[in-house]
Amino acid sequence: MSVQDMARGGRFPWRLRVEQRLVRPRWVSAVVPVLSIVLGFLTGALLIWLNGVNPVQAYVAMAKGAFGSKYAIGETLVKTIPLILAGLGVSLAFRMQLWNIGAEGQLHMGAIAAGGIALFLPQRFPGIPAWMWIIIILLAGFAAGALWALIPGILKAYMNVNEIITTLMLNYVAILWVDYVVNVPWKDPASLGFPLTAMFPKELWLPRTPGLFFLNPRHRVHLGLVFGVVAALLLYIFVTRSKWGFEVDVIGRNQKAARYAGMSIARNILIVMAISGGLAGVAGMAEVMGIIHRLQHQISPGYGYTAIIIAWLAKLHPLVLLVVAFLFGALLVAGDQLQITMGLPVAVSFILQGLILFFVLGGDILSYYTIRLERR
Amino acid sequence: MDWVFLSATLIAAIRAGTPILYATIGEIFAERSGVLNLGVEGMMLMGAVSGFIVGLKTGSPWLGALAAMLVGGAMSLIHAFVSITLRGDQVVSGLALTLFGSGLSALIGKPYVGVPGVRFTAWKIPVLGDIPFVGEILFQRDPLVYFSFLLFPAAWYFIYRTRPGLHLRAVGEDPATADAAGINVFRLRYLYTFVGGMLAGLGGATISLSYTPGWIEGMTAGRGWIAVGLVIFAFWDPLRAALGSYLFGGVNSLQFGLQTKGVTIPIYFLQMMPYLFTILVLIFATRERVRRRIGAPAALGIPYVRGQR
Repeated sequence: MSVQDMARGGRFPWRLRVEQRLVRPRWVSAVVPVLSIVLGFLTGALLIWLNGVNPVQAYVAMAKGAFGSKYAIGETLVKTIPLILAGLGVSLAFRMQLWNIGAEGQLHMGAIAAGGIALFLPQRFPGIPAWMWIIIILLAGFAAGALWALIPGILKAYMNVNEIITTLMLNYVAILWVDYVVNVPWKDPASLGFPLTAMFPKELWLPRTPGLFFLNPRHRVHLGLVFGVVAALLLYIFVTRSKWGFEVDVIGRNQKAARYAGMSIARNILIVMAISGGLAGVAGMAEVMGIIHRLQHQISPGYGYTAIIIAWLAKLHPLVLLVVAFLFGALLVAGDQLQITMGLPVAVSFILQGLILFFVLGGDILSYYTIRLERR
Repeated sequence: MDWVFLSATLIAAIRAGTPILYATIGEIFAERSGVLNLGVEGMMLMGAVSGFIVGLKTGSPWLGALAAMLVGGAMSLIHAFVSITLRGDQVVSGLALTLFGSGLSALIGKPYVGVPGVRFTAWKIPVLGDIPFVGEILFQRDPLVYFSFLLFPAAWYFIYRTRPGLHLRAVGEDPATADAAGINVFRLRYLYTFVGGMLAGLGGATISLSYTPGWIEGMTAGRGWIAVGLVIFAFWDPLRAALGSYLFGGVNSLQFGLQTKGVTIPIYFLQMMPYLFTILVLIFATRERVRRRIGAPAALGIPYVRGQR
């Protein structure tokens, strides 16, 4: 292994020297994410302070908002649900080095499909019981997200069109579709001009989970949490224990090797994109059927983008992802709290998310290299 | 099609295309050196907000544009440090930069939403500006547009016809060989990532100081991502980047043109057009690249490690 110089510029008497590690110590993979989150918050505090807001006050408000009461913990879990589902989808695609940045759009399409069914179909087919509608809506949400993801999937699989750009562009298109349906064809005449549909029939709302000891009786945690946890377990089993999971990993690590081994890359791109988008679609379905109970102009505070960070922080591991999603659910609730109590934009939580990601990326180097400051 | 409508559309195409053109050329420089920076959207937003604020405080749109370039450049250095020095994943680092930039610009810009600021005003160029039709379209614009007219041919000349341009391409195609030839790969990658950030910042300022003066949270509306797409369409060539940017600007302005002509397509579908257009353009460009065997810079997205192949 060779010794590399970096940062050689200038006449500075010290330089960073980076050497490859021969052995990767286990402590690194545990310490780096924790330290990254701490450093992210510290840097964030500096930026908040520079903008004339007391960061201690801001963070206290955030912590109270996310964990301060039984109700707060419930709200954190509520935000965790779409993050788990979309995060799982993104992490599966990333395993194959397929950069699906389109969870946000796939989520919106899942929401449209769910909302369209809930608003119009039950009254046409009154014989079907509510629980069956819930299953139909779940499947429709998955299908809509999957189909939306298959557009870039097909373009990637058969024409090698860059999926980063196509998935991203389709996010904007999907959000405009939601804006269209809530403003024009499905607009509630009783909405007084607001871009909203009518409320979904109450019996179709995703049922609340039983009131666990740490939840306020009025909590809003719904069945979507069960979908998320089940999806994580299934994905974990498939990814680690099945031949297909192995193929996905091999394709992600070395496409040439995978091709020589006779694995169909195009087919796997389609399967992975469909599942990835489908999970994001279920996230959108769960959010509108479980929480919002209608379609409206804004249904996601960027869940699909936060999902990318969660997937990365969890090192694409489905079970670790459950924990990370909970932490980021807390961050989103905390961001709302900042807006309510201190008038800061919700996007502030994006600052923290970006910073944490930078520190994780930078910290990763510690697991492969050692860094020393030394004299020239 | 009548002349008035045509010239209005072309003017709108240039106005809408200019911010994207800056960002696209900036990203071409970064990618040519081997650094994929997906943080363009974040850098543009930071450029837009800082350009607007500095312009407002100093009363000079020029200082605003300058500040936007410095801020965009500073943003890009975060990505450069993570991806060049620390060899982190460039896709994820770029995404982090976009998230960071959109959040920070929202925080900084909060007090300035809806505040009237300064803007660049049109300069009519003597003689050229009096040419009928062409003069009105090309030579009655503001300085940022003129600068972009100079920039894209200059960037083309620099990349393809000068020695530093050759070094730039070498670093992005085959850094090990460039290194062996005595070119400082790390320094050049830092430099061109910085240049890319400055131009993205300037692109943002073009929006907040010229195209739609003012500041609104998230006002770039995906233009940074469209620029990343146009780089692929452009085959990393500034001349094709200009073509792509103005085409995009044309599609973008067509939606307003159609509205004024009384076409009754819901506005949401018109607003989708630029994004769908970007996808379409990408499909055609990808096919053409396969046919003509034009590749991305061979070392794009791969950190350079001395002595490792």
